[in-house]
Amino acid sequence: MDFVVLKEYLPLFAKAMILTLKIGWMGIAFAILIGLFSAMIKHLGVPFLRYVVSVYIELFRNTPLLVQLFFLYFGLPKIGIDIDAEFCGVLGLALLGGAYMAEAFRSGFEAIEPIQMESALSLGMNHFQAMGHVILPQAVSISTPAFVANIIFLLKETSVFSAISLMDLMFTAKDLIGSYYKTTESLALLVIFYLVILLPVSIVGSIVERRVRYASFGD
Amino acid sequence: MQVLGIDVLFKGINMQRFLEGLWVSMRISLISVLISIFLGLLVGALMTRRNPVIKIFTRIYLEIVRIMPQMVLLFLVFFGSTRVLGINIDAEISAIIVFSFWGTAEMADLVRSALISIPKHQYESAAALGLTERDTYVHIVIPQTIRRLIPTSINLITRMIKTTSLVMLIGVVEVLKVGQQIIEANRDTSPNAAFGVYLTVFILYFMACWPISMFAKYLERKWN
Amino acid sequence: MSQEFIKVNHITKTYDGEKNILDDLSLTVHKGEVLVVIGPSGCGKSTFLRTLNGLEPIQSGEIRYRGELVDSKSKNITSLRQKIGMVFQSYELFPHKTILQNVMLSPTLVQKRDKKEVEKEAIELLRRVGLEDKKDSYPRQLSGGQKQRVAIVRALAMHPEVLLFDEVTAALDPEMVREVLDVILDLAEQGSTMVIVTHEMDFAKAVANRIIFMDGGHIVESGKPLEFFEAPKTERAKRFLNTFTYETVRKIS
Repeated sequence: MDFVVLKEYLPLFAKAMILTLKIGWMGIAFAILIGLFSAMIKHLGVPFLRYVVSVYIELFRNTPLLVQLFFLYFGLPKIGIDIDAEFCGVLGLALLGGAYMAEAFRSGFEAIEPIQMESALSLGMNHFQAMGHVILPQAVSISTPAFVANIIFLLKETSVFSAISLMDLMFTAKDLIGSYYKTTESLALLVIFYLVILLPVSIVGSIVERRVRYASFGD
Repeated sequence: MQVLGIDVLFKGINMQRFLEGLWVSMRISLISVLISIFLGLLVGALMTRRNPVIKIFTRIYLEIVRIMPQMVLLFLVFFGSTRVLGINIDAEISAIIVFSFWGTAEMADLVRSALISIPKHQYESAAALGLTERDTYVHIVIPQTIRRLIPTSINLITRMIKTTSLVMLIGVVEVLKVGQQIIEANRDTSPNAAFGVYLTVFILYFMACWPISMFAKYLERKWN
Repeated sequence: MSQEFIKVNHITKTYDGEKNILDDLSLTVHKGEVLVVIGPSGCGKSTFLRTLNGLEPIQSGEIRYRGELVDSKSKNITSLRQKIGMVFQSYELFPHKTILQNVMLSPTLVQKRDKKEVEKEAIELLRRVGLEDKKDSYPRQLSGGQKQRVAIVRALAMHPEVLLFDEVTAALDPEMVREVLDVILDLAEQGSTMVIVTHEMDFAKAVANRIIFMDGGHIVESGKPLEFFEAPKTERAKRFLNTFTYETVRKIS
């Protein structure tokens, strides 16, 4: 391994990581919103919309992100919908992640007995108050493990963005391997940078999971 | 059809090439799934042992798979093997190695959690009824483990099928890559082909995965 | 006779148009009265209690609380529910909140009462049921009997005019039944208005002003507890009460 080369390439990878992080976390933020919204619609059984949400969830859970991105980025412009690569990355991740998050939240909602809602209502709360103070906090904490797993999954999925010509970590690595044959150094940097992105999330995630499971419920 | 560019698929030998690409994707998934299930059962059973060395190694193995993108693993095997081992591993073989490495870890984790989810009372009541240890496993533990395991491992299959799409990024000519080639070749005659072809690939993946995940959901409902 | 609180007029409820769960049921609960509803499982007594709190839709008839219509879909249902407290068989404490937070949530959130004042009252109520020291615990750390006492306190903190108890001891270990029933007996002594669904016959006898015996979705018999338990008028009630007595086993020699 050539440390001079490592040092030389470091800024390139750092720049690429910032792009990956930016698209990744923006996509995840929207995925959480879409997921929460979809799960609420399914849980409350909103007419018509619940079917739309179901179709959306099945479509995006059963296809790979790479294929979704190809369709969004290369396919949609042909019918007049032009989107730039970064936006496409965020959109793709948000749609994919939204479908996964929806399932995580939905199983959280399902795990709460309907009688919890009734008990909140019997104390004079309206549906909105019962949802916000009784059901939602419990649903969110029950779905925490799946939620954390989804975030890690989505951050890993960002590795396909190079396919729509975004200059992310994979793109940079491939470029340096292809053009300058610096395979060892590029691969080492690739692994290190993905560790930097994912290891903290993995560690924080397991701490949060443990806290939700034990402390806050008093076990 | 013309406007959406689906017609391209029916020109010349395009459809045949497309299906060949699909077969490459399926072949990679299928082989990786079989290897993963077999090795996953072994590793998963091993993980329930109390041996600290096994514990540490499997823990590290699982953690690597948990946080490293499959794409990075693909790069490591495909580009790294030449450099480190001095051998050139074919892209398709690299893919099978990586997906099996990943799938085995996932499968092993499923096997482990299915095994430890059998309550202690089940072992105790089997013992109370005079069953031998072997009978307890054959008639009580394994049937229940399988019921918990099958729905989740079927879901793993759909995840592996979806992950197969990554191999085009290391140059395997599978369905997505064939699609791309067809679009390139017909740029002049069918400028809109990208829409139709990628939509078709999208639908094909959906048709491969959706029935499988519905089946898993059905089994889960039926058995729980 | 004192003021009418709950007036039930010919209510009927069905599931999927099949057999009637509640079949043309009418009764009146007066202020200060303790009504105990008994009957075999599936007789509709719990469903009946839930309709009083607007938790079950009914197909015909009406329920009025001090003249106001009880209807799960109407706007006034939340203010009605504040006056009609309910305690469930499965306690239904909120697992993500401490005991004190469980008790304080609704008075502060729904009734917008002063936090300090509510807290003082909540602690006083918890002290009365012997659980003051548990105020910062989470529901999971409590026994069933303790949880049920907290659930009663949580309902009381809303200052309800009527309390509904839905088989509140059915999920408890036998040695914990007493601690919960004592709290309810205490409330009866203070003149609270209550409708109680229970399987505890001795408790029913002790606490009730009036017994309602239900079967098949309607009231089969109602009367003063002593009369009902000593000399039930209907054959159905006699058979039901017999299920609670055991004959001495005669060994085959």
